[in-house]
Amino acid sequence: MGHTLFEKIWETHAAAQTAGGSTLIAIDRVFLHERTGAAALKRMAEMGRAVLDPARVFAVMDHIVDTRPGRGDSTLMQGGEGFITETRAACKAAGITLFDVNDRDQGIVHVISPEQGIVLPGVTLVAPDSHTCTQGAFGALAWGIGSSEAEHAMVTGTLRLEKPKTMRVTFDGKLQSGVTAKDMILTLIAAHGAGGGAGHVVEFAGEAVRAMDMEARMTLCNMATEFSAMTGLIAPDAKTYEYLAGRTYAPPHFDDPYWSTLKSDEDAAFDQEIVIDAGAIAPMVSWGTSPEHTIPVDGTVPNGPARAHEYTGLVAGVALAGTPIDVAFIGSCTNSRISDLRRAARLLNGRTIAPSIKKAMVVPGSLSVKRQAEAEGLDKVFIAAGFEWRMSGCSLCFFAGGEGFPEGSRTISSTNRNFEGRQGPGIKTHIASPETVAASALAGAIADPRDYMRQEEAAA
Amino acid sequence: MSAFPQPLTGIAAPLDSGALRDNVDTDAIIPSREMRSTGRTGLADGLFAPWRYSDADARAENPDFVLNQPKFRGASILLSGANFGCGSSREHAVWALAEYGIKVVIAESFAPIFYGNCIRNFILPITLDRSALEGLSGHEITVDLAAQSLTCGDATYPFDIDAEAKQMLAEGLDAIDLTLTQAQAITNWTASDKAARPWVYLEHST
Repeated sequence: MGHTLFEKIWETHAAAQTAGGSTLIAIDRVFLHERTGAAALKRMAEMGRAVLDPARVFAVMDHIVDTRPGRGDSTLMQGGEGFITETRAACKAAGITLFDVNDRDQGIVHVISPEQGIVLPGVTLVAPDSHTCTQGAFGALAWGIGSSEAEHAMVTGTLRLEKPKTMRVTFDGKLQSGVTAKDMILTLIAAHGAGGGAGHVVEFAGEAVRAMDMEARMTLCNMATEFSAMTGLIAPDAKTYEYLAGRTYAPPHFDDPYWSTLKSDEDAAFDQEIVIDAGAIAPMVSWGTSPEHTIPVDGTVPNGPARAHEYTGLVAGVALAGTPIDVAFIGSCTNSRISDLRRAARLLNGRTIAPSIKKAMVVPGSLSVKRQAEAEGLDKVFIAAGFEWRMSGCSLCFFAGGEGFPEGSRTISSTNRNFEGRQGPGIKTHIASPETVAASALAGAIADPRDYMRQEEAAA
Repeated sequence: MSAFPQPLTGIAAPLDSGALRDNVDTDAIIPSREMRSTGRTGLADGLFAPWRYSDADARAENPDFVLNQPKFRGASILLSGANFGCGSSREHAVWALAEYGIKVVIAESFAPIFYGNCIRNFILPITLDRSALEGLSGHEITVDLAAQSLTCGDATYPFDIDAEAKQMLAEGLDAIDLTLTQAQAITNWTASDKAARPWVYLEHST
């Protein structure tokens, strides 16, 4: 019987067994941010514990930094500055490499880790951040943990783990035009539930996954946590190594035979298999308060939990498209990379957003993405269309108490969570792809991006 | 840190009376705006802030919320539906529950990061099926970790917990201290891994 990709990485990192029957899994990389990492470093200092190998620990300011131009340590979030200055001091004391507020490589942790070549195929990487699964796109075992576990990883170089089960999700066939990785992962969660991946490591496979570039693969893996999986991952291929070649922390050559083993064997058995027809996937938009409350953009709101209908103000049976929106947000570790911005900008080019939109903003995932977008003139397209153009960070993917959306707003957002109050008290969030956000901003209501693409094709 | 008290008796407070709520996320347990310092304390006041208060800034209580009802105020046992603790990895959610006095969360299922955070902070997460859960709502129950059972009136429900997690809860063990007893094994493993995968190990650049 062959082995799955996950099992190979697991076996490579099994440093020891514990008396209680769990495994000490060696951790190759730890990434911290100022929101939860500071708490871990502070407690370690209190306990007199040191980082075992600081050269393999990184930190970034992304969660509560302002995204206004000219930003510094002070934040619109009250007390935010303390997180920033404490993180900076703690990283310095511990000898940890920090991507600081205005460092040219600053950005959202899961955007910059690949940009810097910190995540690599076949490594284990943890961060006290649930969306660490994003980095599984590189064939790494990368997953989110709590602050206590981050301390454990930094102090001991390991984590105590029970071996999870394995699941393979195969996307057969080709995606239709206007349909993206975001729509694929939302389709999976809508069909199998927000708890559907619980207890499993999910390998994404199939023709549609192989066809995707690295940025789309990151979007797909990003929401494995919204599926309650331990993480998601994709076997590395030529695209993976091409992406990483020459990055700051990547090795000069990918010639270790270990890398050629990083795929599930033909006869490997998974505990669970799901197959999805990629060609049948439509642009997806959430209607409720869990990512599982998601339907095709041209669908009607189903019967869901009463509280979800009450919160979003959408009753069963109504069409989702045409629902007026107040705010459009493009950003987050899900959809803030250059390809995301290019696709949204293509749709917005030469158009302006509906006058009823109260706020529209684009927050690039990193300062590197921002520079690239500006070199291509995308910033001008967004600004001309009516969007604000920001510095990089997590921004309003969640409301931290500082900058917010207008009270009671309904937002269309390229983020990953439509929880009650996630983007602010009473804010109703609809998650979707960047092109669906752009199309909806133009229409002033939830809209199908394919309609705008058809207009372009007709005009061409 | 204190070990899990055994046995523990208390009233089981249901999140949403009547129908147990699914997908309770960590943003609801402790919103980002309630995480005001890099410490682990001062969080109980913000626990369930979006539901617990009609005006969170003024701390004006919502009388309908379960933990504001006289019978459930200060409860140590919480009941919920499937996928409890989903969303953000913030351990603050567990720190807030612990500081409030919650010792046990019983749900149909848990999100994995939250489950791990519970064990590290000596909160016992118990998974039970829906029908059993609904029968516990509002009743006094006794949780016996050693026996891995939960008693409500005449009914007794066994529950599963991994042996190592059980021991850590029962004895109040610190995971880092426990792992450091195997430091030599880790050092030996690292030496051989450095030879096998030298590219993993970075030179310090700061």
